[in-house]
Amino acid sequence: MSKTIIIKNGRVIDPSQKLDKVSDVLISDGKIISAGKPVKNKPGAKIINAKNKIVVPGLIDIHTHLREPGHEEEETIASGCMAAASGGVTSICCMPNTHPVIDNQTAVEFILLKARNEGIVNVFPIGSVTKGSLGEELAEIGELKKEGVVAISDDGNSIMNAMVMRRALEYSKMFEIPVIAHCEDTSLSKNGVMNEGYVSSLLGLRGIPKESEEVMVSRDIILAGLTKGYLHIAHVSTKGTVDLIRNAKKSGVNITAETCPHYFVLTDECVKNYDTNTKVKPPLRTKEDQQAIIEALRDGTIDCIASDHAPHTIEEKNKEYDLAPFGLIGLETILPLTITYLVKTKKLTLMQAIDRLTRCPAEVLNLKNRGTLKPGSIADVSIIDIEKEDTIKEFVSKSKNSPFLGWKLSGFAVTTIVGGKVVMDNGKIISG
Amino acid sequence: MKLKTKDLLGLEYLSKSDIELILDTANPFKQLFTRSIKKVPTLRGKTVVLLFFEPSTRTRTSFELAAKRLSADTINIAAATSSVVKGESLIDTGKTFEAMKSDFMIIRHSMSGAAHVLARNVSSSVINAGDGFHEHPTQGLLDIFTIREKKGKVKGLKVVIVGDIMHSRVARSNIWGLTKLGADVTVCAPPTLIPPDIQKTGIKVSYNLDEAMRDADVVNVLRLQLERQKDNLFPSLREYTLLYGLDKTRVKKAKKDLLIMHPGPMNRGIEITSEVADCPQSVINEQVTNGIAVRMAVLYLLAGEEGVPPGQQINDKE
Repeated sequence: MSKTIIIKNGRVIDPSQKLDKVSDVLISDGKIISAGKPVKNKPGAKIINAKNKIVVPGLIDIHTHLREPGHEEEETIASGCMAAASGGVTSICCMPNTHPVIDNQTAVEFILLKARNEGIVNVFPIGSVTKGSLGEELAEIGELKKEGVVAISDDGNSIMNAMVMRRALEYSKMFEIPVIAHCEDTSLSKNGVMNEGYVSSLLGLRGIPKESEEVMVSRDIILAGLTKGYLHIAHVSTKGTVDLIRNAKKSGVNITAETCPHYFVLTDECVKNYDTNTKVKPPLRTKEDQQAIIEALRDGTIDCIASDHAPHTIEEKNKEYDLAPFGLIGLETILPLTITYLVKTKKLTLMQAIDRLTRCPAEVLNLKNRGTLKPGSIADVSIIDIEKEDTIKEFVSKSKNSPFLGWKLSGFAVTTIVGGKVVMDNGKIISG
Repeated sequence: MKLKTKDLLGLEYLSKSDIELILDTANPFKQLFTRSIKKVPTLRGKTVVLLFFEPSTRTRTSFELAAKRLSADTINIAAATSSVVKGESLIDTGKTFEAMKSDFMIIRHSMSGAAHVLARNVSSSVINAGDGFHEHPTQGLLDIFTIREKKGKVKGLKVVIVGDIMHSRVARSNIWGLTKLGADVTVCAPPTLIPPDIQKTGIKVSYNLDEAMRDADVVNVLRLQLERQKDNLFPSLREYTLLYGLDKTRVKKAKKDLLIMHPGPMNRGIEITSEVADCPQSVINEQVTNGIAVRMAVLYLLAGEEGVPPGQQINDKE
């Protein structure tokens, strides 16, 4: 493999430099040498023709579930990385709710070692806030950070004890990493399997009210104000949460937020045939929430688009709605859903959409030299064909639990480059 | 006319004319019960599997009798004595009976949507005999059949459904069926037992039984699941009975020809007093009889038979 790559004649879009022009990108020894300037052919360089394509910083998914260790039948670090590469995602941040939980330095070391040996994209582990993610005692956050976690979260479990959350926000301040909060008042969401509303009434399924999210977001915003800690709200699903975050940002709280494509593409109407691939936490909400989330992505109230990639096997999902686990996969659809439902519909500009997928997550997690094409930064690059249409038929991920199976979408990654190395080209994974 | 669907999963999915077809076809089957031989050969050679994942007396027996009176062979599976206790999934259980060449699967399950899951995975006709809080379409049909028989019509009647609407599949099937046939439906319960936005189905919501029953032609009293009290949905049985129990005083204030219904099994003295349950306006036992006729009509129509127009007899020749 040549160490120099020249991407020719693509539309180079880099939100970190407000760059949008048809030109070239030069990569050498894993670094970006130049982006947006014409590059002369060099002997021995690999030339990629990106005519009619867009060239952007590699996508960063701030919220991924790899199931290794513990549930390798759903996803491994290797398979999750391949799914990411195939979706144009060059960095994934994996949540600690594995078995065992990533709550100690050995576990972080294991993830990083596996990722180095078997992963074809960058893996940034997220450590747990509390030991065992039980919401009781703080994990050794300093040790976790030293080993390489980029954030802490008890994702999947809401930290119900306000004092524990207070201490987490307070203590983690010194490490300058965010506490990623899965906001759910479990006494309100108890036994619920879908959004509470007209559709849940018709289906006879137990509801999860929007307020179970909003009550917790309110509490955490207040605690972030108290502690001056850094709070990141995971998977925003309601209009009420959007309003709370917008106000918190206005009043200077150190807060960022993410949402996922399923919250701006789907509503609870999709649950009507009891398809368990629509069962996700927080649950799919309503049109009103969808519109508020899109507006929040547009005006920057919500910083990032994340996948919340949550693989589950067919055996686990193919059962009664009440019995199926929560979660859907998203690494391979995050980009086409964003392009099809935000850019093609003119709700966000291409620049804004790419910003929420690259520069913003890098900033939220303080990932240096990533999410940008500035000279000297790490050469993580995605080449995207905005016009490419395809029907979602199969997945690289080990799991297939996607509500978008059979959907016709447009805007797919055609080439993925990680650290100056092509890992996916024309749908083919290139590993080793 | 024929029924065009493979399955009967809920009244939400049936048209007005489908519902009327089933009700019309149930008529001649009911007449059959007055004969000494209550059986027709229509479904001879067909296999009906009753998959009951939840305890049931009347629905299971009613379906079984309906199938037997149509000369079908029936197999009864109670979850407690089947491979389900060994951890077999619903889909695998369904596929097992499919491999045994079943024609109908009648399913009762504690989880909403279970009948959908089964129907998607087997080619047999699936009849939902109650799934979680979702629907119980044959109960809805037999309730409407009873109302139509007693009142001569459904359109324009004021029907009150009182009780735990939130957790009631009977309520949902009644709401769909009755509104499609033009009845004026009111559900009555404390706010904690009313599903969110349920008025969007075109019904009224009331918290006051006395007000709701003014001018009512029919009152359908739902069974109260006694364990709901633990979830703080109401403070005590005593208070529930005071506010929503159907007693003589309430019946006296209502229309003279008020029809009193209950899907059973009753908690006598809680949602309904014995006096009311056994009074002349009560049709609770007739509901049970009608249930068999309606279920025969459903099996008959799902088997692909032509519906029976009003006034005609069922063809009982082989």
